[in-house]
Amino acid sequence: MPQQPLEMILLRQLSSYLAIPMWMMDEMGNLIYYNESAEGLLGIEFDDAGPIRTEDLVGKWQVTELDGTPLAEVDFPVVTALSKHRPAHRAVRFQGIDGVWRAVEVTAIPIEGQGGKFHGILATFWEVES
Amino acid sequence: MRGTRGSIASPGAETARYGGDTSTVEVRSAAGRLIILDAGSGIRALGTEADGLSQVDLLITHLHMDHIQGLPFFAPLHDPEVRVDVWGPMSDQQTLQERLNRYLSPPLFPVRVRDLPNVVFHDVAPGEFDIDGVKVLADLVSHPGATLGFRLEEEGRALTYIPDHEPALGAHDFPHSAEWTSGYELSRDCDVLIHDSQYTDDEYRERVGWGHSSYTHLLGFAHLVGAGRLVTFHHDPAHTDEMLDETHRWLEEQSRDMEIIPGMPGTTVVV
Repeated sequence: MPQQPLEMILLRQLSSYLAIPMWMMDEMGNLIYYNESAEGLLGIEFDDAGPIRTEDLVGKWQVTELDGTPLAEVDFPVVTALSKHRPAHRAVRFQGIDGVWRAVEVTAIPIEGQGGKFHGILATFWEVES
Repeated sequence: MRGTRGSIASPGAETARYGGDTSTVEVRSAAGRLIILDAGSGIRALGTEADGLSQVDLLITHLHMDHIQGLPFFAPLHDPEVRVDVWGPMSDQQTLQERLNRYLSPPLFPVRVRDLPNVVFHDVAPGEFDIDGVKVLADLVSHPGATLGFRLEEEGRALTYIPDHEPALGAHDFPHSAEWTSGYELSRDCDVLIHDSQYTDDEYRERVGWGHSSYTHLLGFAHLVGAGRLVTFHHDPAHTDEMLDETHRWLEEQSRDMEIIPGMPGTTVVV
């Protein structure tokens, strides 16, 4: 595996120490790291599953509006930040691999280094009352 | 090696052999091109020996004082007959020239950058560039503030220079995961690795996040990247010759088959 950019290496270090569920995706949309707090939401553990390629993410999760109406993929903050390279936030219902639906507020931000180099995104998931 | 001390110049009887001058390495390409790595206090003496020179390339890893403090005392910088190309880390906020001007301007120094006769500044982003047939790879490494490491390749040989580096910070499962270790791509399978060697393991425990390596981390990193030879560099200003001799005996015992070269002024390494 090639070395990750320094910005992502340091971000993983920070994420691993935080109690806030966090995902890190590279610029291609591969899920390269999720911290221990995010494992409950995803329904998998990083030490077991490791990184997940973008093509393998399809169908892993379902996301709807809070009232259950379908949500266009491009409106999911993670996808918005990846495709448009801008921060995005939304409250959604999210079904993890364990099949449990949870109401979460998702904030995703692009990770951009000096010179505008896009490295990927960081997303936080905050569980709320549904 | 022209200056191998870290943090601050540390002359004195107890540091005479490992040297008191801060980071400067003189590199000569196969074609004889002079490339200088960092402008610590070690660059001053090098400048006095540069008669007949028409071109110098100076690669600056970062703008901490121990890496630029010798710059205004580098004689070719003031010689209109010598073109000096200065390469250093880019910033989205200010150009390299603007940031260096904070030091090269009154009241810190009487001469301004704009008064230098023949200097060209290059804001370096991570990536590759070429200096007269020498391929240079620059990448950010783990150290406070934007800090570059450099890999110089020519005729299939590689020299990597990372004078300030804390590879264990942020690294998952260090030193076993190349993917998550700062500096790996710069250093992979290099023939010579010049690397931060600042702290004992006890000192490091008190200085995590300061941007430097412990001796154990230094060896772990050098083994991970598969370096051919390791040159110790950026010695702590409080470490005497006697302490560093002892450190190098320990490094040699632990180094398996990798050659350890003590970084001292005057040391010459053929890559």
